[in-house]
Amino acid sequence: MKTSAIFRPAYFFLIAAMLLPAVDYFLPAKLQFASLVPAIMVFAIIGLGLNIIAGFTGLLNLGSAAFMAIGAYTFAILTCPIYPFQIGFFPGLMAAALIGGAAGILLALPTMRLRGDYVAIVTLGFGEIIQDVLKNLDAVTKGTQGINPVAAPGLPGVSFAVDNYIPLYYLYLALVIGAVWLCHNLRYSRLGRSWVAVREDELAARAMGITTPRVKLIAFGIGSALCSIGGALYASLSGTSIEPSFYDFQQSVIILCIVIVGGMGNVTGVLLGACIMVGFNSIVLTKLTDLMARNGLVGDNVLAAPGNWKFMIYGIALIVMMRLRPEGLLPAKDVQAELHHADDQTSAAGAR
Amino acid sequence: MTSTEIICQLLITGLSNGLIIALIALGYTMVYGIVELINFAHGDVMMLGCFFALTIVGLCGGETASPWLAVFLMLLLVPPFCAGLNWLVDRHVYRPLRSAPKLTALVSAIGVSFVFVNLGMFWGGLPMEVFGDGKQAASVKSFPELLGYHNLLGEGAAVQLTIKDVMVMAITIPLMIALTWFVNRTRLGTAMRAVAQNPIAAQLMGIDVNRVVGLTFLIGGALAGVASVVAALYTGSISFQMGYRNGLDAFTAAVLGGIGNLPGAVLGALCIGLVRAVMEGWVPNGGQWSNTVVFTVLILVLVFRPTGILGARVREKV
Repeated sequence: MKTSAIFRPAYFFLIAAMLLPAVDYFLPAKLQFASLVPAIMVFAIIGLGLNIIAGFTGLLNLGSAAFMAIGAYTFAILTCPIYPFQIGFFPGLMAAALIGGAAGILLALPTMRLRGDYVAIVTLGFGEIIQDVLKNLDAVTKGTQGINPVAAPGLPGVSFAVDNYIPLYYLYLALVIGAVWLCHNLRYSRLGRSWVAVREDELAARAMGITTPRVKLIAFGIGSALCSIGGALYASLSGTSIEPSFYDFQQSVIILCIVIVGGMGNVTGVLLGACIMVGFNSIVLTKLTDLMARNGLVGDNVLAAPGNWKFMIYGIALIVMMRLRPEGLLPAKDVQAELHHADDQTSAAGAR
Repeated sequence: MTSTEIICQLLITGLSNGLIIALIALGYTMVYGIVELINFAHGDVMMLGCFFALTIVGLCGGETASPWLAVFLMLLLVPPFCAGLNWLVDRHVYRPLRSAPKLTALVSAIGVSFVFVNLGMFWGGLPMEVFGDGKQAASVKSFPELLGYHNLLGEGAAVQLTIKDVMVMAITIPLMIALTWFVNRTRLGTAMRAVAQNPIAAQLMGIDVNRVVGLTFLIGGALAGVASVVAALYTGSISFQMGYRNGLDAFTAAVLGGIGNLPGAVLGALCIGLVRAVMEGWVPNGGQWSNTVVFTVLILVLVFRPTGILGARVREKV
């Protein structure tokens, strides 16, 4: 019963995503955007990964872009023809997940004893370290050039040609469905309930017999593995591992925003968050810039390019959101209850 | 150069870099000590201060400006600008969220930081000569060399102690002494420490908590303003992305020293300044690894001493 109630908005997303290429076919060419949607799907998977760490378990991870980078570079090194491995798309994804998960557990080990804000700063520092390492080990990672070409998806009997995005679209959609299914089942498993218990009150969780360090380590492991898969998928989509500074703090914050805007701790919320954050960046702004360029409106003035307003809009949206609806657009019920409980408590204390 | 000279040189560079970081770190640590908020926008307040300073220099005539007048004007105008900005952000963004869960304010701070970064980029596009006449708003701007590289130990001496190093020390050290005196000796400083210790008890003792928090943001912003003038003069280049880098160094310094602890922030900043000076000036190819070393040190310190070097051990509240 509970399952169907949680899944209802998710079914809406599923049907919309299934039908989109068909609808898109009938749109005028200038407005077609379905070929840009796989980027949203990739970030949905990354957001789901961070949601396990930050949403379910309540550990503020500000280094999720680093795990994206680990996934992308692992995948790139293992599939790019300039290296001797070339293990192919799906083995590459699995390797990215394994190495990302292992890195997540390694990072989590020293943070087990730290309180909330310190976890944030350690993960942030880790993100900086990874960027530096990728940049400086240029013998292996090609420094700021990035590794290319990276393997495109391959399935027996299906052609993933560049001019036809449909097979790739449905493959990525299937992977998102897999990730949603995994997260949803994890959330209501014994493990997922321990995650939420740790988030709500670590001391009480320990008193109830939960081995909190182990539970947190597993959250970091699974969450980072999902982020790495997302990174690998993004690399495959772009055809390159991009460059180390692409995986910077702003990228981590955008991933965090996906989770927060949608609704911390809610799987469907993350999907919505990815649609809003990435859709705005890679679809709305791209189309708007195209439109303005065609009409000769983009000059060399900074103010004229819509892309230059991106962070202003993200920033204002975050501030307004935290003020009016901090639980996110599609909140998890328990998170919403907690936030409103906090409101009641403080208005009683009169701290305002 | 003999090894003594190398050590002296590294100490001078490290001290100058560290003192600039320390000014920013003090703002972080004071705000964290009093409202437990990682103010991600703090570094960007400093960045906007740099742009304001460059605008002032531009109005004074850019490269041809009289150095003393320009420096005086910058030190007069930039700190109040940054202080006001920081105060406004607290008043209109953080204060309404003070009773909400900590994450809410933290995310708002990230939002403010994004807005400031974007403002910095637009500011860098001003049609003024010092901003490259508004072309390429996002590129790094060079700050006019007002002070020069005159070596006070005599030209040709192996160790460089430039007028810039002296300027950094002459401005920052008295400021830190004044801040210590203010926090420890005055009524308002006592009120600040009381609010940091227990806001509700402080309120019951008749302290206007909101005013004290506002004052903390004001002081933190002013320190960031001074830091922006000093840093712009010292490094000679500014960009709209420098806020993040400086803020990160400063925040790391604050955590390293024990967040909420003022001497700790200065100590942490000097450590970072020295580590960077050693990596850049002594280790071959070390410059590109200096971030890695700084953050590895941070993680190691937190693992073995989770409250920082000078932080007191506090039992976690249940």
